[in-house]
Amino acid sequence: MFKCKNLLGLQDLSAEEITFLLDTAIPMKDIISRPIKKVPTLRGKTVVNLFYENSTRTRSSFELAAKYLSADSVNISSSSSSVAKGESLYDTARTIQSLGADVIILRHPMAGSPRLLARTVDAAVINAGDGAHEHPSQALLDLFTVRERLGRLAGLKVVIVGDVLHSRVARSDIWGFTRMGAEVVVCGPPTLIPPGIDRMGVRVFHRLEEALPGADVIIMLRIQKERQQQGLFPSLREYAVLYGLNRRRLALARSGALVLHPGPMNRGVEISADIADGTSSVIEEQVTNGVAVRMALLYLLAGGGDRHENDY
Amino acid sequence: MTDLKEKARILDRDGIRRALTRIAHEIIERNKGTEDLVLIGIRRRGVPLARRLAEKIREIEGSLVPVGILDITLYRDDLSSLHPHPVVRQTEVNFSVKGKKVILIDDVLFTGRTIRAALDAVIDLGRPKNIQLAALIDRGHRELPIRADYIGKNVPTSRRELVEVRLDETDGEDEVIIQEKS
Repeated sequence: MFKCKNLLGLQDLSAEEITFLLDTAIPMKDIISRPIKKVPTLRGKTVVNLFYENSTRTRSSFELAAKYLSADSVNISSSSSSVAKGESLYDTARTIQSLGADVIILRHPMAGSPRLLARTVDAAVINAGDGAHEHPSQALLDLFTVRERLGRLAGLKVVIVGDVLHSRVARSDIWGFTRMGAEVVVCGPPTLIPPGIDRMGVRVFHRLEEALPGADVIIMLRIQKERQQQGLFPSLREYAVLYGLNRRRLALARSGALVLHPGPMNRGVEISADIADGTSSVIEEQVTNGVAVRMALLYLLAGGGDRHENDY
Repeated sequence: MTDLKEKARILDRDGIRRALTRIAHEIIERNKGTEDLVLIGIRRRGVPLARRLAEKIREIEGSLVPVGILDITLYRDDLSSLHPHPVVRQTEVNFSVKGKKVILIDDVLFTGRTIRAALDAVIDLGRPKNIQLAALIDRGHRELPIRADYIGKNVPTSRRELVEVRLDETDGEDEVIIQEKS
């Protein structure tokens, strides 16, 4: 059973709660594949997307999830609102609350801001990415995609490759996959692996050839070109040579291994084009599953009141 | 939940079998055969009932009618007052309902709200030729203008009572009992 009011991070969730969420996403995925992609479940509920950072897929995914469940959704982005005039997160949150929001989906560059928001408002809060901290709905859709394809999560070897230092997806994936009993390995240049990450229960490799053997799942992280200017790696070309996933490297993993990427991809840098479009890639499926998982989240969080006698 | 006391057994194994046999005959008669006929059971106990009816129709007419499963959780009108929300399960209707004669099947017809939700759910899957309703028990107390086309047994009840259908597939026995809140 799922009793949380908010979804701030996967660190807070038990294996039972994660399983319940993933199970709820299965019927939601059916709805997306129907000719009429709409159910009346959240009619009259209001979902506010509050985005302090740019996002296309996460925001549109949450927006569509809300619409498929018949909720009304509003998008507020920092560039085109009072936020640009210097309004604080606290005051913006109070305003949104007064507008009658039932669920607030927050993306913010500061780690921990969703927790601050959750303490401020009565509405349910979903973290859509906070700094380099967590991006729980992305990790849930990764878990859903892997469980659907491979039939299980426990006992799998999951390799996360790339800029783990700046990646909230990596952190949420690590919490999620380890909680579900998978073995997680991270791999990247030493400058992009945070010291002490092994305390999250993962093994660290700096050579892809050592990390990949026996892998069931490979999660490639997006490499941001700005990191080169910060001196964290010498050049994109060198990064691609050392850490890019190509056919030769994929052959080191278990046969039937899945390749995931949270998007947007840099083809030819962290992933070669033939792998991105190949049979191991489930990158497009991740996008569809993202809507299903977010529908499940909205359904489970947009409730209220006490259980009454069931008249059905 | 308050304590429940078993009050009466209104159908036993043979009673359920006879009621379903009669309903199967009525469905075939009313629809002049099984052409374009599909059965859709409403979770949970409408599902085994739908399968049994399909089997009886096969015995009588020799033709197989498709059976689907409907989960109406997402169509309920009382979701906001329920917390935690009920578990959503899969709707499994692996055929098109467009132009079909859909027989909805549920175990107990009571307020009619489940059927209202089921009608919306079916219509969201396509545009059927018509929708008919079969229920093993009709216990009255309707809150919406809904009636069944096929009824196993009419049972006058008070609102304090609870009608429980138990089936082999879900509960390990076949019987219908009335319980009373004590």
